[in-house]
Amino acid sequence: MEYVVITFLCLGILLYFLLGGADFGAGIIELFTSTKNRSRTRKTMYQAIGPVWEANHMWLIIAIVILFVGFPHIYTTMSVYLHIPLLIMLIGIIARGTAFVFRHYDAIKDDMQWLYNRIFRYSSFVTPLFLGIIAGSVISGHIDTNAKDFQSAYIYSWLNWFSISVGLFTVALCGFLAAIYLIGETEDAHDKRRFIKKAEYMNIAAVVFGAMVFIAAQLDKIPLVDWVFKNPVGLTAIILASLSLILLWYFLIKGKTQILRVLAGFQVTMILVAISYAHFPNFIRLKNGDAISLFETIGPQKTIYSLGLALLLGSILILPFLGYLFYKFKKKEE
Amino acid sequence: MDDFLAARSQMALSLGFHIIFSCIGMVMPFFMAVSHYKWLKTNDEVYKNLTKAWSKGVAIFFATGAVSGTMLSFELGLLWPKFMEHAGPIFGMPFSLEGTAFFIEAIALGFFLYGWDKLNKWFHWFTGMVVGVSGLASGILVVAANAWMNSPAGFDFVNGQYLNVDPIQAMFNKAWFSQALHMCLAAFTATGFAVAGVHALMILRNQNKEFHLQAFKIAAVFACIGALLQPLSGDISAKDVAKRQPAKLAAMEALYQTEKPAPLLIGGIVNEKERTVKGAIKIPGALSFLAHGDFKAEVKGLDQIPKDQQPPVAITHYAFQMMVGIGTLLALISLVYFIHLLRKKSLLEKRWLLKLFVLAIPLGYVALEAGWVVTEVGRQPWIIYGIMRTKDAVTPMPGIAYSFYIFSAIYLSLSIIVAFLLYRQIKMVPVLYNNSTSETSNH
Repeated sequence: MEYVVITFLCLGILLYFLLGGADFGAGIIELFTSTKNRSRTRKTMYQAIGPVWEANHMWLIIAIVILFVGFPHIYTTMSVYLHIPLLIMLIGIIARGTAFVFRHYDAIKDDMQWLYNRIFRYSSFVTPLFLGIIAGSVISGHIDTNAKDFQSAYIYSWLNWFSISVGLFTVALCGFLAAIYLIGETEDAHDKRRFIKKAEYMNIAAVVFGAMVFIAAQLDKIPLVDWVFKNPVGLTAIILASLSLILLWYFLIKGKTQILRVLAGFQVTMILVAISYAHFPNFIRLKNGDAISLFETIGPQKTIYSLGLALLLGSILILPFLGYLFYKFKKKEE
Repeated sequence: MDDFLAARSQMALSLGFHIIFSCIGMVMPFFMAVSHYKWLKTNDEVYKNLTKAWSKGVAIFFATGAVSGTMLSFELGLLWPKFMEHAGPIFGMPFSLEGTAFFIEAIALGFFLYGWDKLNKWFHWFTGMVVGVSGLASGILVVAANAWMNSPAGFDFVNGQYLNVDPIQAMFNKAWFSQALHMCLAAFTATGFAVAGVHALMILRNQNKEFHLQAFKIAAVFACIGALLQPLSGDISAKDVAKRQPAKLAAMEALYQTEKPAPLLIGGIVNEKERTVKGAIKIPGALSFLAHGDFKAEVKGLDQIPKDQQPPVAITHYAFQMMVGIGTLLALISLVYFIHLLRKKSLLEKRWLLKLFVLAIPLGYVALEAGWVVTEVGRQPWIIYGIMRTKDAVTPMPGIAYSFYIFSAIYLSLSIIVAFLLYRQIKMVPVLYNNSTSETSNH
């Protein structure tokens, strides 16, 4: 049963990245769209994510509940030492989620829209940035459980070049995913070209920030290169990710939007696998060289058993219903 | 402000905020479903418009409730890491089920909001019902987790260790049923009165009378049934608390001395230093009856509770008085309303009755918040009753006061914006839903 629980944890994080991340990306795209095209982008985006909006963000809840029920030590270590970035991320989630709904459901469309839009765009950028910072910090080895002063316990745990690079890389990936997804949401040739352009920029940004992650890791003595290039699974994953990128641009020219989405999702999945597989089941790396492992800190047996059962039963109810939702509101393409 | 107080204040603020939004999000779908059902059965456009209008409210409240709930699932760890480290695996069962229920609710809401003219009409109606049922299930599950903090179960506490964990037993702890029942009725009552009151106000202002009258009728029935059942559920809760948490009951009634028989106090000013209550109306033996079903029974006072295990008395007492007082008032209004319905007179003539409902708009929520103050403050100084103290659970990180200020500002602005949005939705009713042009571009 512990494998079931861990699988769901990974699945939750992955799906939040692919679906929630694309939602963030849509806001990022809007942020980097020139004023004259913004309302068109907004409209396309709303059609794309409106119906599945709330559902996409449930994956975060699933992941966090699994963490605090099944792996309380990991949950509380993160809560204590990454308090500040978690807080900023939460403010981003609150601001973004409400602004998105408010701007659509304000019965009078006036100057208030300006405010909602601003909040939505900036929080779309800040939230994945801090999600990335948190993810980077967890594996950076900067979390110091023996720290004596405030800065080293609560600030330097996340404020370092590696974490920030991962944060920026996350933002670029989200933007990339969203741009790829959005290409298929519009019929208009001009808009299609705009989104393709955005996907190109985001791709370049991802490559630049990705390089930054490796440089920062090298400077920080984080064995990222070993994880990715010296581990067979990591290496395979990164090769597959690169291949899918080439294929992706090929199909982009061909205009096969459905395949594009699958490839983009696959590519991001492979990147996540490449980064995390080598140090699995270690979840948090600490400054003193120790690591907090999933298996060593797993909750009591009965808890894991009932949690796994709840997740399995839940997915029987959720997945078909969710699948039908996507099918019903997304089938119009091609 | 010291960190412990700041953490408690932030938690209270977040919960207090979330409770209102989640209650509305869990009750409104039922109103919507009734109105939707009437539209499908009668083809009367008013009901269709009403369903659409309400669904916009639900979307706003659901989104706000969802983000404040996400916030809470992190905040438990951010503020109370030592509590979560031990409690997570024990009381986590309802949370994992709640995750499922909440997920289903979000999917169903997607179908419902965007499904007009796209889905089979009864499937569409069904998805609206699913929103309500799964929302209600979420509410019950979360309350069951809270009940565990009042009535810990499902583990053995040996030398500071939490052994033999059984999450199912923890979920079905002794308090879950009475608390969940009380909460659900409170949610229906408070939301019902708030919604009915707003529509009553619009009727009094002579705007879109037919629309608002139908809305009023649906909400008022839910509200009044809830308000009339609530005293019964309160009685179950009181007897349960008397048995499990005598300190809480004593604080609720500011009962400093053990008495036999014990009187029920109405009102009164508590002096916590001198441990006295001044100016209260005393009903002899009534507390004995409420707590134990016997006018002569002994009721444990605070004198039998060690000093360092006593909850704050004044806050708990005042909050309890407020809850019961408002509850009684709402039950009376409900009674008047039902008598009125039996006489089959038109509501539109009885402006005073509508005015009563307008008066009651905020009252249900005030009582609901007061009730949470009773159960949370009344549990202090414990976070897990009898096992772990709240102050031992707080995060080691200093400077929580700043985060409290930030979140106060955020929740305050959110409340203002939501109120503003609702005001605008209601203001636009004549434009959006006037009889002839029912179809609106804005779905």
